[in-house]
Amino acid sequence: MADLTLTVDGKKLTAPAGTLLIEACKSVGIEVPSFCYYPNLSLQGACRMCLVKIEKMPKLQTACTTVISEGMVVATDSDEVRQARKSMVELLLGNHPLDCPVCDAGGECELQDMAFSYGAAESKFMEAKNHKDEQQWSPVVYFDRPRCILCYRCVRVCGEGMDVWALGVQNRGVSSVIAPNKQDHLECEECGMCIDICPVGALTSGAYRYKTRPWEMNHIGTTCTHCADGCKTTLGVRRSDTGMEIVRGDNRDKSGINNDFLCIKGRYAFDFAHSTERLTQPLIRKDGKLSPATWEEAFALAGKNFAEIRTAHGGEAIGVVGSSRTTNEENYLLSKFARMVLGTNNVDHHRTADFPALAAALRGKSGQTASMRDVLSAPAILLIGNNPTEQHPLLAWQIRSNVRLRRAKLYVVNSQPIKLRRQAAGFAQIPAGAEAHAVAFLAGDDAALDHLVHQSATRESLLALRDKLRAETGLVVAFSSEIRGADVARLVHSKFAGAKFIALADYANSRGAADMGLYPDLLPGYEPLTTDSRFAQEWGTLPTVPGLTVPAMAAAAKAGTLKALYVVGANPVARFGLDPFAFSGSFVVVQDMFLTETALMADIVLPAANAYEKSGTFTNTCGDLQLVKKAGEVAGVKSDFEMIVRIADAMGFEVRKLVPFGGGTHADMGQSRGAQSGEADRHSVWLEAHGLEPRMSPFDPVAIFDEIQRLVPSYHVSRLDLLAGNDQHTDIGEAGPGAAHDPNLIIPANDDLFSSGTLGRYSHTLNSVMENKNAPAPSEVGAD
Amino acid sequence: MFFSDEFEARFADMLTHYPTRRSTLVPTLLYAQDEIGYLSDEVVAELAQRLDLNELEVRNVISYYSMLVTKPRGKYNIQVCTNIACMLKGGEELLDHCKHKLGIGHKETTPDGEFSLEEVECIGACSWAPAIQVNYDFHENLTVQKMDEVLDDYKKKGGEIL
Repeated sequence: MADLTLTVDGKKLTAPAGTLLIEACKSVGIEVPSFCYYPNLSLQGACRMCLVKIEKMPKLQTACTTVISEGMVVATDSDEVRQARKSMVELLLGNHPLDCPVCDAGGECELQDMAFSYGAAESKFMEAKNHKDEQQWSPVVYFDRPRCILCYRCVRVCGEGMDVWALGVQNRGVSSVIAPNKQDHLECEECGMCIDICPVGALTSGAYRYKTRPWEMNHIGTTCTHCADGCKTTLGVRRSDTGMEIVRGDNRDKSGINNDFLCIKGRYAFDFAHSTERLTQPLIRKDGKLSPATWEEAFALAGKNFAEIRTAHGGEAIGVVGSSRTTNEENYLLSKFARMVLGTNNVDHHRTADFPALAAALRGKSGQTASMRDVLSAPAILLIGNNPTEQHPLLAWQIRSNVRLRRAKLYVVNSQPIKLRRQAAGFAQIPAGAEAHAVAFLAGDDAALDHLVHQSATRESLLALRDKLRAETGLVVAFSSEIRGADVARLVHSKFAGAKFIALADYANSRGAADMGLYPDLLPGYEPLTTDSRFAQEWGTLPTVPGLTVPAMAAAAKAGTLKALYVVGANPVARFGLDPFAFSGSFVVVQDMFLTETALMADIVLPAANAYEKSGTFTNTCGDLQLVKKAGEVAGVKSDFEMIVRIADAMGFEVRKLVPFGGGTHADMGQSRGAQSGEADRHSVWLEAHGLEPRMSPFDPVAIFDEIQRLVPSYHVSRLDLLAGNDQHTDIGEAGPGAAHDPNLIIPANDDLFSSGTLGRYSHTLNSVMENKNAPAPSEVGAD
Repeated sequence: MFFSDEFEARFADMLTHYPTRRSTLVPTLLYAQDEIGYLSDEVVAELAQRLDLNELEVRNVISYYSMLVTKPRGKYNIQVCTNIACMLKGGEELLDHCKHKLGIGHKETTPDGEFSLEEVECIGACSWAPAIQVNYDFHENLTVQKMDEVLDDYKKKGGEIL
């Protein structure tokens, strides 16, 4: 749109027609205070804080609802305006309690800031303040009515932003009050967006309230460890008896791909880290019982047995199961450890999407994968299968925001009437299990139509939908794990001009596990097991015969040929439904946070740190690479990275070959326990912030990240941008050739908003909300 | 359902007057209240479903209007105006008298369920102040004595089956 010129406080400025005055002022550094105005939400004009004087207009105008016009002359700092703001703050404070010293928001409260910057020191009000007791609306949402300043941000973000519409306004005038949808409590997605967006302490979080003061926490921006969307979450941590306790999760600084969005898991479900059932010392099976042992004993035993089995039976007698929740560096290291130290290709993980097939289909074609940011800006989106509202909350948020703010067209093909159909320009409900037929039809095979006609989806409507899709340019296609193997290639090669693809996996680093080669037939970067691969050149002679998948490992163990199993952060017994007694004759080492079904059958259990307690990188399901930073700390656990290195060392392997650390440089990085504990981390945070990576320790993931960047072409991204905290898109089209796998090896996690695999089982918050028990079926959610 | 044929006819007619279903909410709530006596949880759920709204939205609107109630009130709802014209002509005395005589306060109901009392804003009968409204009927130019007669009339009527 054309640029308009206006004058604000004597400053000339230009902005596109249609810009709101408050935004135009902001663009030249003039702050117009406001409470109710919130970018990307509908305009409210309720708080009257943004009143400004516009020449030729008789009264003060709200800058948040005024669209700029040519030649407008505005004063934002005249006596009249200042007096108006002063009066507004005075009125807001009329009933506002003076409990700032105990209020959660104290210190980061917009009303405090406004009173400080624009308020009056005195009030004319003598009346007693109107008090109402606080209410608990759900295990995570509390409402303190007198603190509310009625900006209605919570109502709008819940309705417009989340499409949940669980908050409303009742009564009127001075009696107006925010109300939950079930009269005395909330039944919703429990995302906590209302709490996060509240400018004061009216809505407070069950997890965080009255626990600490904002300035007593350290804040660490890291990546969420739950679903595969990779939201950035800023964790507030404070010192506790056993290390650093995580007390809050939010993304109020709006950095990262998710802006200020987080779901219940990202915001509250860090509490598994402080579960009383966490393992905090190594366990060794003695006389048939898992008994506490020292780290040295445990590593020595694991190293000795692995080395003996390798020597006696060869690497193929050892199986390795990696994790979808450990960092890229750990996954790469595990992949390398298996091939180089154990000498086996028996490497696998719980697969929840067919990334090798996507790599194969997009081989040599870069620019055909969509990042999470693309979902917010694409003109059109096709969603095949999956229910993002439950399984990919950020993806759903991006889709809803794009439809609402940019009028993107959403097309949904699903066997269920998923909630996102409410935003859809086209919705085809296909029979259950017909996703592959839908792909064939979209790719041009009209014979597949017969398998798709169902309920409202007629031949005509399906053909019309396909025609619409073919007419779209710049389509983003997100597809569920039902699309596997050859169907992925079929979809990628369908005639959608300029389409970009997203394969939807289920865990925080499912994509990273795949990218880092946790496959029996693929090395990192989807490289095949050839003798001349760049990994063979770097790592030395590697086994080239494809190894065993997880189910095949169980069969081999039963048959007595698999003598040892090394499980890093996974629970294959539960996820694959394996017979735990299959491994009775094998030596089993498990690294985990909890005594899972798999850990219970182990010979050695090593207590692991989770992703919030270590550093590294995660790759989300779109391929967006982000930093994982150490926030929490629990005494008695170690990162999987360190444990892999220690086991290699105990096997007598030269660890410098495994982790290319150091170069003759030595430094005292401070102690990791006691009064000065955490100092080492502060050093590394400082070094990292200044682009200086120490790489002086064999436990330093950056040393491995160097190698990943060197050897995996799709990870050739800007290190500087990454370290600065930005997401970097990795393009699977630039990776190796990929492979065609047995589609049955993909097992969806089927987690919803209130479950998260093993982590969810130990999260008090996820188990405490009632929606966990009685979530409505998608068809019960109205389509208005 | 629990509504009369008359209500259903009015509701069906109402839908033809507005561009969207939700626009009929306020009149529909009034008709439902006249019929049921108050807007029970069942009424809220039913109307929300009929108008493609969620129950919270219906409650938001109900709470905005003082004449819409979610709790049962007496058979006769005595609404005493105390705005400026009525106040000058003795509206507040009338209200006090009613409170005394009925033994109830603002927005309260007698134990026998016959009367409710409410202090209301202008009912548009300033020319005949002080005025009160009982359900939809007006009583004007009142004095304390006349008020007694009005209340007695209703008390008598109350015994009868309406």
